[in-house]
Amino acid sequence: MQVPAPFDYERATSVDDAIGLLARLGATARLVAGGHSLLPMMKLRLAHFEYLVDINDLHGELGYVKVEPTRIRIGAMTRHRELLESPELLSSFPIFHDAERVIADPLVRNRGTIGGALCQADPSEDLSAVCTAVDASCVIRGLDGERVVSMAEFYRGPYETAVGNAEMLTEVRFPVRPHGSSAYEKVGRRAGDWPVVSCGVAAWVEGGVITDARVGLAAVGPNTTGIPAISQALRGRAPSEDLYAEAGAIAAAYCAPVTDQRGSAAYKRHLAAELTRRALRRAVARIDGREV
Amino acid sequence: MSFSKLARETTHSFSKLARETTQRFVDNDLTPMGHGRMLRKEDPRFIRGKGRFIDDLQLPGMLHLAILRAPIAHGRIVSVDVSAAEAHPKVKLVVTGAMLAERGLAWMPTLSNDMQAVLATDKVRFQGQEVAFVVAEDRYAARDALELIDVEYEQLPAVVNVRAALDPSSPVIRDDLEGKTDNHCFDWETGDKAATDAVFARADVVVRQDMVYPRVHPAPLETCGAVADYDAVDGTLTLWSTTQAPHAHRTLYAVVAGLPEHNIRVISPDIGGGFGNKVPIYPGYICAIVGSLLTGKPVKWTEDRAENLTSTAFARDYIMHGEIAATRDGKILAIRTNVLADHGAFNGVAAPTKYPAGFFGVFTGSYDIQAAYCTMTAVFTNKAPGGVAYSCSFRITEAVYLVERLVDCLADELKMDPVELRLKNLLRPEQFPYTTKTGWVYDSGNYEPTLREALRIADYAALRREQEDKRARGELMGIGVSFFTEAVGAGPRKDMDILGLGMADGAELRVHPTGTAVLRVSCQTQGQGHETTFAQIVAEEIGIPPADIKVVHGDTDQTPFGLGTYGSRSTAVSGAAAALVARKVRDKARLIASAMLEVSVADLQWDKGYFHVAGDPAKSVTIQDVAMRAHGAGDLPEGIEGGLEAQICYNPENLTNPHGAYICVVDVDPGTAVVTVRRFIAVDDCGVRINPMIIEGQVHGGLTDGVGMALMEILAFDEGGNCLGGSLMDYLIPTALEVPDWETGFTVTPSPHHPIGAKGVGESATVGSPPAVVNAVLDALKPYGLRHVDMPLTPSRLWEAMNGNPQPPI
Ligand SMILES: Cc1cc2nc3c(=O)[nH]c(=O)nc-3n(C[C@H](O)[C@H](O)[C@H](O)COP(=O)(O)OP(=O)(O)OC[C@H]3O[C@@H](n4cnc5c(N)ncnc54)[C@H](O)[C@@H]3O)c2cc1C
Repeated sequence: MQVPAPFDYERATSVDDAIGLLARLGATARLVAGGHSLLPMMKLRLAHFEYLVDINDLHGELGYVKVEPTRIRIGAMTRHRELLESPELLSSFPIFHDAERVIADPLVRNRGTIGGALCQADPSEDLSAVCTAVDASCVIRGLDGERVVSMAEFYRGPYETAVGNAEMLTEVRFPVRPHGSSAYEKVGRRAGDWPVVSCGVAAWVEGGVITDARVGLAAVGPNTTGIPAISQALRGRAPSEDLYAEAGAIAAAYCAPVTDQRGSAAYKRHLAAELTRRALRRAVARIDGREV
Repeated sequence: MSFSKLARETTHSFSKLARETTQRFVDNDLTPMGHGRMLRKEDPRFIRGKGRFIDDLQLPGMLHLAILRAPIAHGRIVSVDVSAAEAHPKVKLVVTGAMLAERGLAWMPTLSNDMQAVLATDKVRFQGQEVAFVVAEDRYAARDALELIDVEYEQLPAVVNVRAALDPSSPVIRDDLEGKTDNHCFDWETGDKAATDAVFARADVVVRQDMVYPRVHPAPLETCGAVADYDAVDGTLTLWSTTQAPHAHRTLYAVVAGLPEHNIRVISPDIGGGFGNKVPIYPGYICAIVGSLLTGKPVKWTEDRAENLTSTAFARDYIMHGEIAATRDGKILAIRTNVLADHGAFNGVAAPTKYPAGFFGVFTGSYDIQAAYCTMTAVFTNKAPGGVAYSCSFRITEAVYLVERLVDCLADELKMDPVELRLKNLLRPEQFPYTTKTGWVYDSGNYEPTLREALRIADYAALRREQEDKRARGELMGIGVSFFTEAVGAGPRKDMDILGLGMADGAELRVHPTGTAVLRVSCQTQGQGHETTFAQIVAEEIGIPPADIKVVHGDTDQTPFGLGTYGSRSTAVSGAAAALVARKVRDKARLIASAMLEVSVADLQWDKGYFHVAGDPAKSVTIQDVAMRAHGAGDLPEGIEGGLEAQICYNPENLTNPHGAYICVVDVDPGTAVVTVRRFIAVDDCGVRINPMIIEGQVHGGLTDGVGMALMEILAFDEGGNCLGGSLMDYLIPTALEVPDWETGFTVTPSPHHPIGAKGVGESATVGSPPAVVNAVLDALKPYGLRHVDMPLTPSRLWEAMNGNPQPPI
């Protein structure tokens, strides 16, 4: 059994309480949500914090998937499993279901949260690619109130985000537009493994042409970011295998993978292209009702 | 009413009551009186969380030990400052290598007669090596105090690349060995070089292939650990530890620690998987003993996952060059191989003394060939020691991989179907017992029916048709075949010992007055189901139901001497001992029965559980009647002692040779190079089958291991010697989602010398399956013109190969 160094523990009763505790305890305090990223780091003694502020009691306040006419809002404490099992998300943004099926294992999904996943900012984090594809914004709350940042602004580098010391992520929200669908493709070395590369796509098709499409690639750079060049290349054009291949080529050119135990940089670059093609193909097929 | 009758009736009703109460939560089929399919007797306790593992043990006043390990692969220790750790309020003891050296305990012998540091004194030689330990009031404090120990190292260049280990410019790792000027560990050869060279020289076809069997790790679910409890008053040491060989360990502790052997008791409670990882003695066990000796308190040490993966016995790590010679029409003539073996920083291989390369000599496989030759060089590197662990049957895993890959390479060269090529070359039944060209005697085998059974289950012809259709559509489907012969049950004491201890095993059987029994064996189950299999072996021989036979193992004070469980030796050796000791008891029971029935022994007939008068089945006594009589009142026949028990020590005449034919079907995604194992057919012949369900379980586990090694497992290192597989996020082992529903079958070729004709089966599937998977993947990749790609066939490595860049993993 791996054991962490000593730390003190507080249990927040509300979002305001959590932020207050963080403000009072300073930089040596960390929020703990599902704990599936934080605790292993502490047990391996790669990270040490003097205080943990447990926000699991905020699941009532921050655990939700709310579908509104023009947007969907997901509370930061919503667990992977709740995303996987949400019928609303399955019908409007199947990308969540696709991705959650292949994130970690049931144990991790039972506890791990979308807030923890995004705030961990692991370069291989799957939900970051999902949120990038659906054009999500992150709601960050601090002592002075809320601010909303785009996914691109949210990430500041590997394991770094825009969330400041006495702040927390409370919500992820993204627009709902008609005539669209989404899909997620991932290659891992084994079930439950982090992606070698994964790719999320959201696309909208009207009158036989793509009106918009967004791609998010995980594990091929310091952070997941959108690839505007792909969106530009796709807009206004009729979906076709050639077009998907073109998008894939842009993805491959755009990404910056490194060789590691999960795979060579060349292979990852290849996957960026291949998975972009596959995810686009599937998202468009879903819009056409050809696939679910 | 006589006492014995009363006793029998009351016990009968007691046992009925006991059975009724257990029946409520035991769903065992209690029916087989001997061999047959029955649920495992041990499973209710495991399934209900009642297993008792080392880390469950709590003793009054117990302290906790944590080990400080080397952060670098190679470095000289300049200084160790433990003062801050000693000042920690919960710390009781801090011990360094220097302190052990003062007591002559800094080094210990390995199972290969090398020396290994318990705690480093001069240098650290691999990342994760033991440097100091702390004993504290709890595990957290012990771990915290490790961070207070200040070690200064002078970093030395690490020898990581095994191919460069013998370069004169390489730093010498083992400068502790007198006069050592290089990293050479040993040379070994087998077979006849001249004869082999001659056959190669005149062969029509010679195929050569380099292949790597990468370093892998057994990664048992339970890591290693120990609780040492030294009683200073009576001078006894009790050591609970994760060991697959409690008796051998006890003897070694007696030698190393200088304690009298009778004052040492080694207890191996429930073990959460071994796979060879728990054969060696690890420094941690010695540290726990020293900790208890010095504090006078029980001391617990439990490894964490990273410690287990980075510092305990690995497996494989062979770089092999193989050559196979054949006639143009596919008759295999000879096999030649040269191996470079990475043994890590200390030679910690657990193999019989005369076999430094284990049983790799069986690399001639299951084929009738004219000549064979192997040379091997083993070297030291700055990596963890170990070597044969992971269900490898003493390196038969490597040998079978070599030959089964070579045969497929030859089939590719000859454009022959790999099944046809194998059928043409398999040993024929009349050739057994067969002496291989490297001197191994295969006790028995009937290979062709086994392969044909696998082909039948697979519907091989249909698979080939399906493959043809798919190829035409650009889909990549592959069918891989492997055929293996194992050599298990080490071993005859004339040939085999470990550190001078003969590999014979004892068994003791005691039948109680009421007719239930206890069998004591020296082997140690780690999940193989010995408590069931061994009860069934005895049941078959003396007709007492398995449920009435308790199997005691894993405690040196409770069991006769023997060398433990690894190399699939339990059923082959201890199982034979159990059958023979039961027969010995039955022989004595026969004498008593003859007196009870007042007929001569010759007139008695045995009918699994009863003796009856020949020709008059109504006149009978049960084994239970005899048991009561053996312990009861009244005289016994002249010369017969009371009681019904016996003890033996079984020295196997030879190894047993299970064999099997495996067929794997894979699909490879051409776009991502992801391999899916779609079907796997395993037909095993392990001789007489005691409990088919347990055999199937062993096979399922081994096949899963095999898929893991073929597709994902590797213990990799960076250039600095940092282990890249220190967690289960980095060292991948397969899950149920990576494997298909196994399709198993069997044939039965009994061992001629084993008392019940059984052969070991624990490692067959681990040995036989990796080449089947790799052969299948390469078969799928035929359109790419690839003859070989090294394991692990991860998507990335495979994609690189498909794009013309196949690379060895090391
Ligand atoms: C075995 C295993 C396999 C995994 N496989 C995958 C995989 O395949 N793909 C994948 O994407 N991920 C994978 N993960 C990661 C998993 O998804 C994350 O561990 C999990 O989602 C993180 O969420 P959490 O709630 O557990 O975060 P925690 O561990 O509790 O927190 C992570 C970090 O986020 C901070 N934090 C948490 N919530 C907030 C908040 N609301 N506001 C501000 N900061 C916050 C914490 O302070 C901490 O720094 C795996 C993890 C494990 C253990």
